[in-house]
Amino acid sequence: MQFSFTDDQNMIRDSAREFMSERCGSQQLRHDLESAENFDPSLWQTITQELGWAGLSLPESVGGSGLGMVELAIVLEEQGRCLYGGPLLASVGLASAILLECPPAEARDAVLARLASGEATAALAITGDRGLACLDAIDVTLQEEQGGLRLDGVASFVLNGHVANVFVVAAKDQRAGRSGYAVVAIDTTASGLHVEKKLAMDTTRPYARLTFESVRDVVLLAADVDGRTIERGVQVAQVAVAAEQLGAMQAVLDLTTSYVSQRVQFGRVIGSFQAIKHRLADMMVICEAARSAVYYAACVVDEYRADPVTHAQELAEAAALVKVHCSAGFHDVAGNAIQLHGGIGFTWEYDAQLFFKRARATYNLLGAPVVHREHIARLMGLDDDKEVA
Amino acid sequence: MKIRFTPEQEAFRAGCASWLQQQMEGPFADIRGIMSQTFRADRRLEWERVLGQARWSVIGWPEKYGGRDASLAEQVIFAEEYARSGAPGRVGHLGTELAGPTILHFGNDLQRERFLLPIAKGEEFWCQGYSEPNAGSDLSNVRTRARLEHGPNGPEWVIDGQKIWTSLAQFADWCFVVCRTEEGTKGPAGISYLLVPMKQKGVTVKPIRQITGDAEFNEVFFDGVRTKAEYCVGKPGEGWKVAMGTLAFERGVSTLAQQMTFRNELERIVEAAKSNGAASDPLIRQRMAEAWVGLRIMRYSALRMLSRATTGSLGGEALTYKLHWASWRKKLGELAMDVAGAPGELCVGEGYELADLPYLYLFSRADTIYGGTNQIQRSIVAERALGLPKEARGDR
Repeated sequence: MQFSFTDDQNMIRDSAREFMSERCGSQQLRHDLESAENFDPSLWQTITQELGWAGLSLPESVGGSGLGMVELAIVLEEQGRCLYGGPLLASVGLASAILLECPPAEARDAVLARLASGEATAALAITGDRGLACLDAIDVTLQEEQGGLRLDGVASFVLNGHVANVFVVAAKDQRAGRSGYAVVAIDTTASGLHVEKKLAMDTTRPYARLTFESVRDVVLLAADVDGRTIERGVQVAQVAVAAEQLGAMQAVLDLTTSYVSQRVQFGRVIGSFQAIKHRLADMMVICEAARSAVYYAACVVDEYRADPVTHAQELAEAAALVKVHCSAGFHDVAGNAIQLHGGIGFTWEYDAQLFFKRARATYNLLGAPVVHREHIARLMGLDDDKEVA
Repeated sequence: MKIRFTPEQEAFRAGCASWLQQQMEGPFADIRGIMSQTFRADRRLEWERVLGQARWSVIGWPEKYGGRDASLAEQVIFAEEYARSGAPGRVGHLGTELAGPTILHFGNDLQRERFLLPIAKGEEFWCQGYSEPNAGSDLSNVRTRARLEHGPNGPEWVIDGQKIWTSLAQFADWCFVVCRTEEGTKGPAGISYLLVPMKQKGVTVKPIRQITGDAEFNEVFFDGVRTKAEYCVGKPGEGWKVAMGTLAFERGVSTLAQQMTFRNELERIVEAAKSNGAASDPLIRQRMAEAWVGLRIMRYSALRMLSRATTGSLGGEALTYKLHWASWRKKLGELAMDVAGAPGELCVGEGYELADLPYLYLFSRADTIYGGTNQIQRSIVAERALGLPKEARGDR
């Protein structure tokens, strides 16, 4: 047991922080928001080609570096600090998480290899129009037709769907004699697939809504009878989202600390007032708890991948708790940041609003806290029958 | 970064778990699961001695002082198993967790030889002489005084003053006293850290009955009380940094034992909710889950803190820990009471005897006060971890 970063992990963090703060500061972010992609494709190319972050946590067998979730979380945290809108979270954090739960097969590994090399990015389509991340809410069907496969339906809230090359799609398996779910990959240029970019309240990252009308070029990756492949993949993905939330909440806390240390009213910097200091202290408590939660959950993912049978239950618990704490915590911290900035915090030109909106967007992404708390209530055994002394 | 224990460490866990289980199911079954700090005190003191004899009392200490030179991981494991076994709160904790580590770290060889073994063996008990009626949050305002006298027994400190909120002073053989030894000084300068015998003329201990009905706290009066000149930890007049060092030990491995106690409390609440139907209330379920999330996170915050401490670099996160757990437990107390419902308001016996959940509810109100109130903790976090300006004093 050593719950602290290794020297290698510290090096990854240092270089990620340096790169992101130099190349993806506030000005660059504002510039990116105006572009069609919402990020700078040439910067993304540097990230994949020179830094190798796309393949960082993917297996060496598909051309990745073979590192784990802790390392990916470190990089996502640093990207979160800058509210980076590029495809790393969507492609590696979310889509690859599901791919890695699918049984190893040539088709799967071919997709992973394209993602690891940076040649392609993927987006995850598991959510219907209500945005709920649960099996019941899957609104795409897989059917068999003339010896081939056919996909119909709608998937929404597809992060980075407007730029992805591959969609990893969860579908209801309605082939004859089948039940349950399926995971499939399709090319984003497949015929019958309509991709619509959806601008969102969070201007740092749009969504896509996908309509499938008899889409035929379907690669079947998993017949997921009990939905476990999807559920566990989503659990891993929740940890990735939380890591990004952690970075962002720390950044908005830093921004606020720095502001209250400079702003003078009543002849003193406002950071000398207890009303301000104490609220910042509460924000720091939330951030530090988030850091413990994220790296605990990342360790659990790595253990789960080494031994899925033993650690499946702990993965479910860790994924729920980290998403609950980081979603609610980031929203609190970002909301307090606006309050402590006063009027300037409410303006379009200042970054506090961007953090607040990212907090809100990621609050719902892969399940809002209220949903995960209910999962936890069940995992805690609140519904178990048990005779009571 | 790793969260799992090695097979050797798991074997160590099995060893201490089985010893603890034997004790708690056998000779000490009568004190298993006691929540109050003072209930069945005679038996609790006996338990301390048994722990000491079996060398389970202070396993992280060097062997020659009664410990086992246990690694951090082993200390973590023992703390967890201790609480899991239902063993009662340690009546000796002020010695084993505060006085002992302070003497080990800041004391000299003479003090280590004199004091550590009796603490480890459960033969001498300690209390903490910090707070005074006018020195609570503002501890450096202490007025208890000590002067050096050369009498028939050689040089001795003679102490006069009053301490308050002194936990377990009624059982203590010794007290570590923060007092002013230099006339005319103010604030942290001129304060010394003295080790003072409690069983002597001039020491008066008056229990203070607290909100729960228990009397764990006391007022302690020192009237011409004496201790040897050599029982001053650190240099005379430089005791403030020793006093602050003691507080840092509160963030040690004992935090994990404390968390296991919290876990036991949450389990009791879950059982109660399942038996009275509160477990099907969606709002209660949300709060239960939130409590569980907080508890799990605290465990990893503590492990983070401890892992950092072994590399000698305690970060700002350590400063947030008290605020985190104290706020968490106050909420747990409220949840306990809401789960208990109206029946929780009734006493279960004569003499203000309360059931576990209502007791927890009342006791948890102390958590955000002792060891630095939440308000003080927030100022500490803001000033030391976030670097915001220090609070101005009104008097200097």
